[in-house]
Amino acid sequence: MTRFAVGIDLGTTHCALAVAPLGEEGAPPEILDVLQLVAQGQVEARPLLPSFFYFAHESEGPQALPWDPERRYAVGEHARARGIDAPARLIASAKSWLSHPTVDRRAGILPLGAPEDVEKISPVEASWRYLEHLSEAFDTRYGGGEAALAKQDVVVTVPASFDASARELTVEAALAAGIEKLTLLEEPQAALYAWVTGTGDAWRKEVRPGDVVLVVDVGGGTTDFSAIHAVDEGGSLQLVRVAVGDHILLGGDNMDLALAHLVGQKLAAAGKTVDRWQQASVVHACRAAKERLLSDAKLASSPIAVASRGSALLGGTLRTELTRDEVTSTLVDGFFPTVAADARPTTRARGALTQLGLPYASDPAITRHLAWFLARQASALGARPGERASKLLHPTAILFNGGVMKAAPLRERLVATLDAWLEADGAPPVRVLGGADLDLAVARGACAYALVRRGKGLRIRGGTARAHYVGIEGAVPAVPGVEPPVSAMCVAPFGMEEGTEAALPSHELGVVVGEPVRFRFFGSSVRRDDRAGTLLEHWKADELEELPPIEVTLPAEGRREGDVVPVRLRSHVTEVGTLLLEVEPLAPLKADERWRVELSVRGEG
Amino acid sequence: MPTDPEISFLTRLWFAWLCSFRVLFDARFAARVWSVREAPALPPSPAPTPRAADTTPALQLLALLQREGRLVDFLQQDIADFPDADVGVAARVVHDGCRKALRTHADIEPVRSEAEGARVTLEAGFDADLVKLVGDVKGEPPYAGVLRHRGWRAKRLELPARVGEHDARVLAPAEVELG
Repeated sequence: MTRFAVGIDLGTTHCALAVAPLGEEGAPPEILDVLQLVAQGQVEARPLLPSFFYFAHESEGPQALPWDPERRYAVGEHARARGIDAPARLIASAKSWLSHPTVDRRAGILPLGAPEDVEKISPVEASWRYLEHLSEAFDTRYGGGEAALAKQDVVVTVPASFDASARELTVEAALAAGIEKLTLLEEPQAALYAWVTGTGDAWRKEVRPGDVVLVVDVGGGTTDFSAIHAVDEGGSLQLVRVAVGDHILLGGDNMDLALAHLVGQKLAAAGKTVDRWQQASVVHACRAAKERLLSDAKLASSPIAVASRGSALLGGTLRTELTRDEVTSTLVDGFFPTVAADARPTTRARGALTQLGLPYASDPAITRHLAWFLARQASALGARPGERASKLLHPTAILFNGGVMKAAPLRERLVATLDAWLEADGAPPVRVLGGADLDLAVARGACAYALVRRGKGLRIRGGTARAHYVGIEGAVPAVPGVEPPVSAMCVAPFGMEEGTEAALPSHELGVVVGEPVRFRFFGSSVRRDDRAGTLLEHWKADELEELPPIEVTLPAEGRREGDVVPVRLRSHVTEVGTLLLEVEPLAPLKADERWRVELSVRGEG
Repeated sequence: MPTDPEISFLTRLWFAWLCSFRVLFDARFAARVWSVREAPALPPSPAPTPRAADTTPALQLLALLQREGRLVDFLQQDIADFPDADVGVAARVVHDGCRKALRTHADIEPVRSEAEGARVTLEAGFDADLVKLVGDVKGEPPYAGVLRHRGWRAKRLELPARVGEHDARVLAPAEVELG
């Protein structure tokens, strides 16, 4: 029997788990303090589990946990701290690798540049280990058995901008960690659930039909935008997620690094050098100074002291300071510049040979990314008769999420910039929905959603955040140097709801029997009106985004090897929240003959 | 406290007869019975000998404050020859780190909520563990005086649990950089 509703925030830099007992009406989600190694041989329960994985060297001995004395790796705080000492053995930002478009995310590639004795693991396995650790800590706390995490209703959050294959890989990691009753939820939606739960019933006064809530989620490593529309359906208020933004690898860590760079320059100008190890404490000190300066408007500066490496603290400790002006110009103006509504993020042309790495956003200006999001999603609410088409989606309310947005000056700048855009369009300013705990809201909201799924409570609808397309090469005579034209067939329309299915009416695809056949795969977060089966010959450059290719292997059973079998595609959105593509032969040899299409195969890049 | 055994009347009669003779003829026995006459019936409990304290939690705390705030480095260094500016810079490192460590592992609150310098009255039966009388200490409660120090009390102190075989006496391992 299921005893708990559980929400897990599987974050880029931190994980958190919230739990609520079932059958206790109104019991709010509580954060589980996660037992973890905090130093060699020291275990402590903390609300956040840092998303770091450290391969202990043979000389370090086992990384014993209360439930596993022989473990050879560490996850959590000790992993994070040890990684500063021995960075080549550390995996960080595994989640960003999970959504990397051109690497094999099931292959042992992490950490990049690890020493030879390290048996590298895949981005999927790293995520699996974090979930496994949460599961073990949960079972230690609640005793396992009937109360084991494997038996509970678990909601794991993903960025709204995660594509179909990254979602599927997240599910794969969760299943590997033994989580069986699993549902995915988009993080901005989780933040809204947390806010709704946190206000009690008061939220109905704050959100009214017609409202468009913009969720701005700036975490440690990623920035995520979503728009949620409140509509009146037969007298009751419904929330519909109408738009999600692109995956932007830009977050609080970038801000701390920018400040650390500035401080490093100041120290260098004073003739002092900072080694790699000290660099980590510079970042740490900058984060603390940033938080002080941004939360206390009266402070003019905050000192930065960086301890010497050796045991002699006096004489070797470096001192400088971070001033309010520096923080303002680096963070507020650097990451949240006041820009016009038609500003667009700059993209840096990549060299032909780029080093394998994460596709970090090349423009650090979150306001420019937001302008682009609102412009792309201008018609997210659909055209309303008699209304002049606007160039911008007009939010009426804004909900912040993520640790970065705890800083009032950053929130104020973003709201002021947005309000200026709205005013220019003749729209009213946004209301700020306040009161959420920005660090733990996603875990709490995920837990609240697990409760909502079991019955009462408002549910945000929305379905898939993208329409999906398969690339079909035109049958034209081969001409050297000319690529055959590719058309895109919609296989899953925008906003497909969980538990629904779409069959493609006509177009036939041919699949060679007995060998893997690859198709190009595309997603679109703006083409809302394409139905399953719609064939696109042309599209604008930014409408369709190419995703990792998909692959299908038809077994040769009963057919001649090398034969081309005509098939048609069928798409489902599973109850878990992943997209499932299947091919169905037009002339089946047995009842219900169909094969699953693999969504996440290695990219060509 | 163990209670005295119940002794029956017949036994007491026999014992009284025996004792009367022994008191008369055995001087050492008489002296011991004399001393028992008014003193507690039980032999005095042995003086509390200080037990060897388990120092592991203390070592853990030192290790924690060293790890987070370099406290041992700071206390082990001779600071006499350094200018105050250097001491100040180092103190920031120690203060920042130790304060953070203390706050996450302990809840420390003042014993008295009044402002220092305020006049306070201590009624009879006040807890002498919580308040120490200083100055012209005499007389009976209630005592009226000035709060000189608010005192501190740890409401909570949680240290990490220890797992595996690690020597707690190692407050910080030596570090050797390879490569």
